[in-house]
Order: sequence, then C-alpha cells, then structure tokens
Amino acid sequence: MSLLRFRTDEPADHPGITVDAFLEQSNSDAVRVEPGDDARALIPHLGRLRLIEVNFPVFGDGRGYSSARILREAGYEGELRAVGDVLVDQLAFLRRCGFDAFDPDQPLDPADAETALARWEEIYQPAADGRTPIWAKRHGAAA
Amino acid sequence: MYKYDHYDQQMVDTRVAEFRDQAKRRLEGKLTEEQFKPLRLMNGLYLQLHAYMLRVAMPYGTLDARQMRALADIAERYDRGYGHFTTRQNIQYNWIKLEECADLLADLAKVEMHAIQTSGNCIRNISADHFAGAAADEVTDPRPYAELLRHWSSFHPEFSALPRKFKIAVIASDRDRAAMRLHDIGIQIVERDGALGAAFHVGGGMGRTPMIAPCIRDFVPLDQFVTYAEACLRVYNRYGRRDNKYKARIKILVHELGAEEYTRQVEEEFAHLLTLGIEPPAAELERIAAQFLEQLPESAELALDDTDPDFALWVSRNTQPHKQRGYISAVVSLKPVGGIPGDASAEQMRLMADLAERHGTGELRVTHTQNIVIPHVRQAELHALWTALEAAGLGAANIDTVEDIIACPGLDYCSLANARSIPVAQKISERFAASGKTAALGELKLKISGCINACGHHHAGHIGILGVDRKGVENYQLLLGGSEAEDVSLGKITGPGFDEAGIVDAVETAADVYLRERSDGERFLDTYRRIGMEPFKEALYG
Repeated sequence: MSLLRFRTDEPADHPGITVDAFLEQSNSDAVRVEPGDDARALIPHLGRLRLIEVNFPVFGDGRGYSSARILREAGYEGELRAVGDVLVDQLAFLRRCGFDAFDPDQPLDPADAETALARWEEIYQPAADGRTPIWAKRHGAAA
Repeated sequence: MYKYDHYDQQMVDTRVAEFRDQAKRRLEGKLTEEQFKPLRLMNGLYLQLHAYMLRVAMPYGTLDARQMRALADIAERYDRGYGHFTTRQNIQYNWIKLEECADLLADLAKVEMHAIQTSGNCIRNISADHFAGAAADEVTDPRPYAELLRHWSSFHPEFSALPRKFKIAVIASDRDRAAMRLHDIGIQIVERDGALGAAFHVGGGMGRTPMIAPCIRDFVPLDQFVTYAEACLRVYNRYGRRDNKYKARIKILVHELGAEEYTRQVEEEFAHLLTLGIEPPAAELERIAAQFLEQLPESAELALDDTDPDFALWVSRNTQPHKQRGYISAVVSLKPVGGIPGDASAEQMRLMADLAERHGTGELRVTHTQNIVIPHVRQAELHALWTALEAAGLGAANIDTVEDIIACPGLDYCSLANARSIPVAQKISERFAASGKTAALGELKLKISGCINACGHHHAGHIGILGVDRKGVENYQLLLGGSEAEDVSLGKITGPGFDEAGIVDAVETAADVYLRERSDGERFLDTYRRIGMEPFKEALYG
C-alpha cells in the first residue's frame, strides 16, 4: 500500500512545489512543506490549495505535526498529506493533527495501519481532528 | 488522591495493548531497533549496560499503599527483588526482559499505574512538591494542576516528537522542594487578590548546560493555564534546535532567542490558541481537585517525647510541619550509611505501605531526593512509626544532611555514564558517619552525577560531584555553591578533579573549611556564598 487516503475527492495528479517557489510566483494548487518552513506563510493562499504535502525526512522530527495543526486551525480544508519517513506507529498522532492522507517512503502493512488507526477510542486533548476529548464527555458533551 | 475513572483506565489499558503489539513486531523483526527505540522510550524502556531498564511513572510522586505493594510484587516477579527510586520521583527496575515487559505493564495498569512518557522526546512525568497537600506553607495543593497537565500531555499528538525531552514541575509555596526552576517548565501556583494563578518559568534545566528558568509570565489565570502550556510547547516544537541533540532542550532556545523574544512568541501563539477552546472547563479541575481533598479526623497535638535522643534527632531531621493540627509528615530515608541511595527492597516497600496505612492515610510520596514521605501521620503515633522503621533499618535520621546524598545509577548500571556514582556516595556517607561530623555540618546537600547529563543534580548541590572519564580513568570534579531550592543557584567547579579516594577527602576538606569559617546559624551554602571559592581552593589545592 502506498497512498493511504481518507478523502473522497480526486487526488491532485502532481506533487507539491516548494514553499519558496509557491510564494514567489506560482498559481500551483499543490505545495510541499519541509520541517524548517513556516506553515503560516501559506495562510493567505489556503483557498486555492488542494494539496499540501508535509515532509518528514526523519520520523523523529516532529515539526510537521505543528505545521499540520496550524494549517487546519487556519481553516485549510484541502488534502493534507504526510510524506517521507512516515511509520505505522505515528499514524494515529498524525491523523489527530489533521493529516488525511499518507504517502510513506516505505509502504505500510495495511493490517497494521488499520489496527493503529483504530486503537485509540478516547483522547485526552482536542487537536485538529474534531474529536471530543474525555474532559468534554465527563462534563456532559455528546460523544 | 486521584482515582482513575473508566476513561483513564481505558487509556492505560490501550497503551498496554499497543506496547504489546509493538514489542511483538520488534521480536518478529518487523520493526528495526532504530524504529522500535522511540516507541519503547515513549514507554520508559531503556536498553542499559546489562539489561532493559523500565522507568515507572509516579505522577507528582504520589502513590498509595496498594500501589507500593504492587511495585514490591513487580520487583520480585520481574526484577531481582528491589527497585530504585529516582530524582524524577519515579521508580526504575534494572533487570527487565523485553518479552515480559507488556505483562509488567498490565500488572501496573491493574493498580492505576503506567510507564507512559517516562522517557523519549516528549512531555515526561510531571513532578511536584513531595509535601503537597500536607505542607503548612502551601497556598493550595499543586497536584490537581499537575494531574490536569498529565491528562493534557498524555499522548499529545503534536508533542510526541519534540526536539528533546520535556520536564514540568508544579509547586504551590514559596519554599521550593521540587527544583522548580531547573525544569523545562516550572509552574508555581500563586495567590493574587484572592485568586489563584500560575507563574510560568521556562527554560531551566541541568544537563551539560545548566540554566535557571526565567519567569516569563507571573500570573496566568487558572482557566487558561493548559492553553498557555500548549503555547510554550508549540513554540518549542517549531523552533527548538534539532541539529545538535546537546543544544535541543528548550533552555537553549530561550537562551538564544532571549527570554523576552521567546515570551513574545508564546504570547502570540497563546492569543491564537485561546480562540480554539482547548482549555478543559473549570468543572474538570474541580472534579480532580475534589479527589485530593483529604478529610483528616481531629488528632491530638502532642508535645513530642524528647527523652529518647535518637527519636528526637529523627524528628528534628526527618519530619515536616503539617497544615492540620495534630498531624505531621515523616520522611523515610533511603540513605542508610553505606547503602545505595534510593534503593528499596520489596520487603521494605511493603513495610512502608503497611506503616503508611497504620499511621497515616495509606498515602506515600517519592521525593526528588530519593526518599519516601509518609504524609498525614498522627502525631501521637510518630514514635511507633519511628520504632518500626528503626527495626527495619529504615530509620536513618539524616534528611538534608551530608549523608542524604542524591546519586545517579552511574557506571554500575547506566550506558551513558563515565564514572561510578554509587560507590562514591557510599564512601562519603561512611566517612562522615564514622567521623561524627554529620551533625555539626547540619544542612548540606550533596549530589553526585556519573556523567555530564547531570541525572544526579550535581549542579544544584551545595556540594556537587561530577564523574568524568579522563583518559580511561574515572575522575571526579568538585562543585560548590549550587542549590535547587527557592534560593536556586548553579555550583562552580573548584579546579582540577580527583580520583575516587581523593574526592572523598576533598569533600571532607571542603566541609572542614565550612566548620572553620562559619558564623552563627550559617549553613554550608551561606558560608560559601559569603566567603567565596578562594578559601576552599586554598584548602583543596594550596
């Protein structure tokens, strides 16, 4: 399995260009965010983007988690795809930060991926996935 | 104390299942050691010199008798009959097999315990004042705030791959018993105009570049403090250095940006995050706080029996005033002369659990100084408690003396260490016990690290010792003048290091300078601050 996607629209048929290239000129609708890029620079242009790839060159570099949340918090509704060194044990966290597509360098084992994404029925804190945290359920919010 | 509801229980049970699956994939070879490492580290499992070491979380150091007994059972079932209490208010087991680890975690989960985020580049177990809820000098019990932060930080999706580990401490009195300003975030709950708020100190730490955290906001309203913490972490996650692991802690970011610029960025992020509604409601804090309220029955205030000088000495050194009349908190020293600091056998753990139930409320605390507190002891029963501790070899009357040494596991266990710590601690406590100088020296905090990572808090010792490797030989540097308390300061190196025998002599030499130079009422630290390094250098190297 290469691309794992949780959207029903058609995927973009071309990869994202760099943030610098995008900001300089482009009318591209796809961009690729590296760990050192400031995701907030894209905020004025979110309406015309349909794919934002966030690259994880190494799985231990967690800057992409913040980039993803910032983009979702700013109202981005297009595809947010984690690419690079994306491992099965990160999927649940990535999903919570707003990623809705994964295209890892090393293909995921589909059964392991399904298990990992289904594992956490409850969550302690709100993030970018709209799920209801435990504290809200404790104090009367509908699940 | 806090009890899990079905949500909390489900979270730890899920983590056990997840870890079981991860360990299975590792053992089957589906995960490389490199891929498995961050996963096991997120669960407190380190590969050490001889075996796996597992660090179990003790949130803010609090546990009950049932949990202490479970730790004793685990020590016997999975380890060699003992455990090691650490400066993180945790317990570590040193002889764990990977194949058995998931079963061990399942045993912990049965008593509402876990090893979640006790290592790895994530928000670690949150520490607090070990007298919380009992101390006469606190404005409130800090633990409900620490517990709320525990929920927030557990499996936080954005902060699971930080540049480096992240430690938070919470206190609620002006006396600092938790080394608050030597944490990545140190929170002091303070009172202002009748309302409580959180003072945030960010960017402290020990390690190879010790720093004292500056206060970046002196009063965050308590209905916004989780959001403020999130802002602090987001700025760190985005901009903390990742090019060099030795420069990756938040203290370096705060130092390089300057506290003012870091604060500006946090405030900007905070203003944004406030619009998202991520703060738990006041009702959640109230739900948690209600569980910490200790309804202690009336207890007679007692003039303590001073006819037995041994008991009187123990009372003077090993107890702490309680907020409620008729009660007192007792500290069980895990520093018998010549012993391994912080070690306890399964039998000793069970005895402490029994005594906490018999003479207190069943609650116990682990201190960052590697001792055990029994809070809420009825004063009339203090003598009986002491008698039982004495009989079991747990009655050492040496809290905050030169014998109450903090020491990291050192080269006897740790794969990072350059030198042994434990034998040095043993020799120093034996030396001072034999010379009888312990009493004359009074409060003298001695802390030993076996490498530059400073797990033994050597920067914060009135006297600190740092073990280094010098051309293949263990060498020990001496530091003077550190403190982890409200008068926080970082120790300074005296000069060239010493060999193992030499460092024991050097500590005694420094102690003798103090005894010679002190004025009335001065502690070692006070004398050092008054007279400076020179007289000590003269005696050590002159």
